[in-house]
Parts: sequence; structure tokens; C-alpha cells
Amino acid sequence: MSNIIELKNVNKWFDKFQVLKEINLEVKPKEKIVVCGPSGSGKSTLIRCINRLEEHQEGSIVVDGKEISENTKNIENIRAEVGMVFQQFNLFPHLSILDNCSLAPIWVKKLPKKQAEELAMDNLKRVQIEDQAAKFPGQLSGGQQQRAAIARALCMEPKIMLFDEPTSALDPEMIKEVLDVMVDLAKGGMTMIVVTHEMGFAKEVADNMIFMDEGRIVERAKTNDFFENPKSDRTKLFLSQIL
Amino acid sequence: MNLIILKPNKENLQTYLVLGVILLGIGFLDIISNTFFNFNMTGFLPNIINYLSPLLLGALGLHFIRIEYSGNKILDQINKNLNSSNINAILSLIVIFILIKYVPSLLNWAFFDANFLGSTKEDCTGDGACWVFVKVWFNRFMYGMYPDAEQWRINTSFLVLFGSIVSIFILPNTIKKYIILFLLFIFPIIALNLISGGIFGLKWIETGAWGGLSLTFIVSAFALIFCFPIGVFLALGRRSDLPAIKYSSIGFIELWRGVPLITVLFMSAVMFPMFLPDGTYMDKLVRVIIAITLFEAAYMAEVVRGGLQALPRGQYDAAKSLGMGYWRMHFLIIMPQALKLVIPGIANTFLALVKDTPLIFVVGLLELAGMIGLAKTNPEWLGMATEGYVFAAFVFWIICFSMSRYSQNLEKKLSTER
Repeated sequence: MSNIIELKNVNKWFDKFQVLKEINLEVKPKEKIVVCGPSGSGKSTLIRCINRLEEHQEGSIVVDGKEISENTKNIENIRAEVGMVFQQFNLFPHLSILDNCSLAPIWVKKLPKKQAEELAMDNLKRVQIEDQAAKFPGQLSGGQQQRAAIARALCMEPKIMLFDEPTSALDPEMIKEVLDVMVDLAKGGMTMIVVTHEMGFAKEVADNMIFMDEGRIVERAKTNDFFENPKSDRTKLFLSQIL
Repeated sequence: MNLIILKPNKENLQTYLVLGVILLGIGFLDIISNTFFNFNMTGFLPNIINYLSPLLLGALGLHFIRIEYSGNKILDQINKNLNSSNINAILSLIVIFILIKYVPSLLNWAFFDANFLGSTKEDCTGDGACWVFVKVWFNRFMYGMYPDAEQWRINTSFLVLFGSIVSIFILPNTIKKYIILFLLFIFPIIALNLISGGIFGLKWIETGAWGGLSLTFIVSAFALIFCFPIGVFLALGRRSDLPAIKYSSIGFIELWRGVPLITVLFMSAVMFPMFLPDGTYMDKLVRVIIAITLFEAAYMAEVVRGGLQALPRGQYDAAKSLGMGYWRMHFLIIMPQALKLVIPGIANTFLALVKDTPLIFVVGLLELAGMIGLAKTNPEWLGMATEGYVFAAFVFWIICFSMSRYSQNLEKKLSTER
């Protein structure tokens, strides 16, 4: 099977500080990858490069057969195929949950309003907050907001979902409700790249694990091998600290 | 013994209450007799103490009645709201004394001693304001030099305007849209043609004859409608990644913010025509409206930019990640939030704009304040400046206060936070 995401020798700098060093990564359709590593290791930057919320300076990134670079026309079309979930939810506070979900389908995918709202309701049901549809984001709990954000991304019917520490801003008792939704999504066959520290989740759904440190991919391995038989010392140290 | 007298307490409530109320009463009596009966009770005291005596007596009185949890509801309310500490007591007294001293004389001037009847200056015999002046000139203050017989055209335009605005608040959302579109795009053209005439057999009335409050409204309304979108685009331009757009926006904003409105108006009327090609002509009023619009747009741009900068970056990220391009992102996600944040600033700019309109007198256009300035120089009505400008202040205050209230309502209505 051909790769849906392919990164080759990607380098990125913030001013003079190099955040990504020689990143190579292939992701196959329906593959689930969990990225972990200490803070500041470039995990978030890596997945933000995949839908060009960050620009890389060297190397090539190909998503669904289209190369992403500063010459890419219609970067919006690629972004529309890549859903993203943020640590801080980033729901639109001036819109109701239903409008949050139906806005992009109406304006980007040009669906009729009624159809877009049905789609939004379907996805809100999928994350089990259809009863909150009329409320505004500020009226929801953190866990509900994050599930709404997942529903919003799913409404664009993306081929790939990126999760940037989706549970890091949540109270402990709300983490599970979000992870359950993500496990469900994984079982449904979505291609997923997840930056997270939830190792239980990683063991349950990930096909492959990636460990990053100081802008490099230190280790990439099958999930079982990664936890039971990590090769690099840096990985071993990291795992011993968080498990 | 002294210490006990100076420390009011609940046990001696009655004693302190009586003592305090008597002192307070003398203080008030002093200021009242001074103000209304020209009798100085404390005249025998040295000058400075004489002057401050109501305040000293009142403050001492309030000190005596400052007893916490006295059980008397009225006393507790007074202590909580006016008399929570010595400094607050003195401030309360100063405010109350100022009201006692000046409000009655103001009311006397404006109403009780004022003249309302008659038609010439000689009919004003009282000591108070001569509202006859405003009455006689009222028509001019509203319509300027616009011919009396044609004033129905202005009236009709404004009736339609206010009718449509009121209907926006009453009618359901589906019709609302069309009324707003009508107001923004069709109404201005109709109103301008109706007021200026020259078509459909209507008599042509040149803009030099327009004036008074109706001109205030015309100038403000057009400037408000146009300066807002221009300001929004300038704010976006200033934050643009494209250097040409960015620096021309900055240049534009800083240029217009850096010059006084009065010079802009002067240039628009006197210098601008020199740059126009021969044979082309642009009406003075149009030039003035354009000048005010661009001037206020520069301020609006900075207000809007403030709102844009207050938005977290995550909102941009989320909009982009959903596949929205620049314009969709800004008009669906960013602007609605940024504008909501800066409603107070926008209201400020709009109020400033309305209050800046009198400056158009420098190019010979006389709106409300300008007409008053003209009327007060009429030989038959000399010395009426106070009445005229109080009237102008009152009208402007009504307009601006309504706008301010509306902006506050809008803020409440749009608030989605709990």
C-alpha cells in the first residue's frame, strides 16, 4: 500500500533554533501512530507541519499524493482532508456547538445548510454530546468541549486525523471520555497521528510508536516492541519516568 | 471622657444619633441659608472656618452616627453607602453640597425663570434662559437654509430611515436581512436623490443650502457607514504578510491619524479641487464626507486591530485546519470575535465622529452647531449664545447617549460567555 503521508529529510528552524532535524516518516492509510517524547522535543511542530500550520524550510512533505511547500496552491484543499484536534480545543466561542461543526462543511465543502447540520448532528451523536448542540462552548465542560472539537474535525470527513496532546488540558476525570471517543475512531479505521502522554491509550490503539527528542525521531517501533524492548537508552529513560 | 465622646458605640446609640443629626442639620441649614437666603449663619467665625463650617459640622455629625450594626435599617444603609469612613463622609457631603448649591440655580435658569413664549428677543423679560430664541430658529436649526416648502423631502427620508431602523428590531430575522440591505445600499441613493432633487420634477437644492441637524445626520450617517468597512480592511492590511499592502496600510493610517481633522476638512474643500482635472467637479459636501470617512477609518482601523491582537492564535489554527482560506477565516471566525471585543472602542470612534461633524463649518457647511453660531450673530438675537449652545449640547447628548446605550445592549446581546 502506498503511503498517505511521507516526510523526507524535513528540517525546520524557529529563527536559529532548529526544532526538527532530518525527520523521515511514512504513514500508511489506516495506520495509527502515537508520538511521544519530552516537552520541547518537536512533537507538536512535527504534526503541525503536516497540515502546514507551521512551515518547514528543508525536505519534502507529501500528504495524500500532494507535496506541501510554499508553492502549494490551494493549501486549503489539503487542510480540509486533514482533521486536527488541539490541546486547547480551540472551539469558536461565538458560535453554538452545532454551528461550530456545520460552519466548515457549509462554507468550505459547500454543503447545503440542512445537510451540513445533519452531518454535524451525526458526528455529535458519535461523540455523544448531541444534547449539547445548541449550547455555546463556554457552557460545556473541558471533556465535552474536546469531544465537540473532535466532532467538528470529523464533519469535514477527513482522511487523516492529527491530535495535538488532546487530553493535556483536561481534568483527570474527563480524560477517559475523550480517549474513549478516540479509541472508537481508531477502530473505525481512521488514519491517526496522536501526540500524547497517555501510554494506556497508545498500547490499546497504536500500530507504531515514535519517540522524539531534541527535534529528532530517536526511535520508531511496533507498539509492543517499543514498550517491551526499547532500543535506545534515551527511550528507556523516558519510559521509566512516565510508566 | 473625651475619648468616649469621640467613639460612638451601640450602647449610647440614642445620644450619638441625636447629637450627630443635630450637627448634620446645622451643617445643611448653614449651606441652605447661605445659598437661598443670602444669610451667613457662621459669619462671626474666622474666614476659612466660616467657609468650611458646613463641611466640618457635617463630617463631625456623620462621624457620630457611624455606628455599625445599629439595628436601625435606614441608619445602616446611610452608613454603608455614604458614610463608610471619614474620607467617604467628606466626599459624600461635598457632592451633596454642590448639588444643593448649583442644581436649583441651574433649574431656575433653564425652567422656572426662563421664557418660552413670544417671538422676539424683547419677549424675554425673565432672568433665566430665553428659549424663544431656540423656538424661533428651530426650523433653521433642523433644516439649515433648506427651503421651507421642500422640507417634507428631508422629513420623508428620515421617517423612512427611522421606520426601517425600528422595524429591524421588531420584524423576524428573515425579513430583517432585506431591510438591512435596503438601508445600506438602496436607501442612501433614494434619500440623496430625494433631498438634493433635480429629478422627477423635484426642485434642485444645492448642498450649500443643506444644514442644521439634518445635515449632522447626513454627514454622520454616511461617514459611519463607510468608515467601518474601510477601517476593517485597513486593520487587516496592517497585519498582512504582503509588504506592499502592509506598508501602504500603515502609511495611510499614520498619515490620517497624524493630522487634525480641521486641516483635513480645509484641504478637502480648498486644495483638493486644484488636483482634479479641468472640468470635473465634486460637490463640497461629498468631499467633506469622504474626508471625515477616511479620517475616522484610520482610527477605526486601530480599534479593530486591537481586537485582532486580542484573539488567541488557536482560533486562526482551528480555522485554517478546517480548510478555510484567508477571507473565510477572517469573516466567519476572526472578525466576529474581534469586533465583539472592541464594541466599546467602536462606539467611542462613532461618538467622536458625530461630535466632530460641527467642524465642517470651516468649509462653510452649517450643521446644528454651525447654524446656532450663525443665528447668534443675527443683530436681532445678539447675546443668545448660551441658550443656543446649551440646546446643541442637549441634542448631541441625546444622540450620543442613545448610541452609547445601543452599543451596551449589543455587547450584552452578543455575549456568549457565562
